[in-house]
Amino acid sequence: MLNEKRWLLPEGVEELLPDQSRLVEKLRRRLLDLFDAWGYELVITPLMEYIESLLLGRGDDLDLQTFKLIDQLNGRLMGVRADITPQVARIDAHHLQNEGPSRLCYVGSVLHTRPDGFAQTRQPIQVGAELYGYPGLEGDIEVIHLMVETLSRAGIGDVFVDLGHVGIFRAMARCAGLSDQDEATLFDAMQRKARPDVEQLLEAARVPAPWQDHFFCLVDLNGDKEVLAIAKKRLAPLDADIAKAVADLEQVLMALNARLPNLTVHFDLAELRGYHYKTGLVFAAFVAGHGQEVARGGRYDNIGAAYGRARPATGFSTDLMTLLRLAQAEPRRKLAILAPAGDDVDLMQRVAQLRHSGERVISALPNQSGSPVELGCDRQLVRIKEQWEIKPL
Amino acid sequence: MVSADVLTIAVSKGRIFKDALPLLARAGITPSDDPETSRKLILETNQPDVRLVIIRAADVPTFVEYGAADVGIAGKDVLMEYDSDGLYEPLDLKIAQCKLMTAGFAGKAASRGRLRVATKYVETTRRYFARQGRQVDIIKLYGSMELAPLVGLADVIVDLVDTGNTLRANGLVPLETIAEISSRLIVNKASMKIKHERIKALIDGISAAVAAKQEGKGV
Repeated sequence: MLNEKRWLLPEGVEELLPDQSRLVEKLRRRLLDLFDAWGYELVITPLMEYIESLLLGRGDDLDLQTFKLIDQLNGRLMGVRADITPQVARIDAHHLQNEGPSRLCYVGSVLHTRPDGFAQTRQPIQVGAELYGYPGLEGDIEVIHLMVETLSRAGIGDVFVDLGHVGIFRAMARCAGLSDQDEATLFDAMQRKARPDVEQLLEAARVPAPWQDHFFCLVDLNGDKEVLAIAKKRLAPLDADIAKAVADLEQVLMALNARLPNLTVHFDLAELRGYHYKTGLVFAAFVAGHGQEVARGGRYDNIGAAYGRARPATGFSTDLMTLLRLAQAEPRRKLAILAPAGDDVDLMQRVAQLRHSGERVISALPNQSGSPVELGCDRQLVRIKEQWEIKPL
Repeated sequence: MVSADVLTIAVSKGRIFKDALPLLARAGITPSDDPETSRKLILETNQPDVRLVIIRAADVPTFVEYGAADVGIAGKDVLMEYDSDGLYEPLDLKIAQCKLMTAGFAGKAASRGRLRVATKYVETTRRYFARQGRQVDIIKLYGSMELAPLVGLADVIVDLVDTGNTLRANGLVPLETIAEISSRLIVNKASMKIKHERIKALIDGISAAVAAKQEGKGV
């Protein structure tokens, strides 16, 4: 009797068969080549490390998403990485001593305690790129451009980029004199664009009437570039930080229009993804027909301070498996050449030479069952007049 | 997966559907079938590129969060229980209004041990009592909550209370209000961005319908 305990995998964990694995690996190489061409250096971060460094400067959400284990060597609590970004930030802040910008990229499996996203996976393959040490908008623009390029290299067209800026809400909360508690609950309601809840909260927090109106204005500020005009008129005069944030968004729009004329840019000034550690521009990519973000990122300038060196930082990340599903690439098996069994020296040389040139050569095993076609062969090596020649099967 | 051209609205059968119909009508959307009589799960509307999907109330947030529907109509009770920041809830439709309440026997002394609470709103109930600093034992039921105290399964229940008639008929009284409930319009995050114009127009249309209805009531 087949015992299902022996083969059933944990929820949200999958294994990839050859067809899919080939696609994943090809995509992984394509993206790393792309990052390489843009000057982003690959780093490989540890699968697990002490929880203090893994969660530094990040909110409760990441803590909940992190699998924990005890280091048997010293009894300290470790976590399996649930997000590679903080690890890369540490590498930049602590290990690399660049004064100027450093560009780093990564790809690797992360584990989440709870299934998330459309695929309900607990083991995404996170891939991303980070730019450290440059505070200016040109850094954000480069990263957004690279994010769009990444999706296009993965074979995903028709990308929508959604832009926001956490500085607007943060400045408004400060000016309106919200307590930390009120700011947190208001943030939660803003994130859901739950206007009725926002109204209720502002009333309960006794926020002065003009500021209530400003928050109502903010919660509806999503749409095309017209949104920026409204923000400029109604919110920018309130505070210098807000004015700066709106001006930044305008500048980024202009740069993106120039670099990527076909890209649709959408604004959502109440979008606060990663609010707890993000410090400036935030962005995400959406694709028609897919109900959730495909890639996301933003500026998080303070994270390095905890690792010993405050460095400006911006970056994006996405999930390789999501990209693959959206690209819907056809798995194509590389067709092979069948070499007969035996230790003929000429044959061995010919096989080695073909393999070196990039061909896939499969050596037949004596008395094997199954046809060569099942192995994926479409040609074979045949001895013709002392020569090993390739003939169709 | 939702087509790029069609706008899909998820609604549950029954009271919410009935109360939402006039609002949708004012926004220019009329379904071609009545879900109470039709067995179809996807209803076409007078607009060729708008359709309704008829699902269980508790499934509406799931459909919308993952983009199987662009927009949905869901009770605040369902949304509180679903507890996700993965969707937008921009509009209170002020329909299907009721209260989420605790209920039990009148004047009965609080039990000495942990309170036993029967409900289908497990997460909401846990949060509500935790906020009061009370740890309770929660018994998940799928219906006929009122029975639980009568047969000694629980001390109190947490359920929606509209008129309170069912409670009274079973010798129970409403105790504390946990939340005022009404239906909300919810929107998938990606749809809000990708189909922005159409969804904004829908929100504005329904919002105007809600306001008009409230004014009508006020007079």
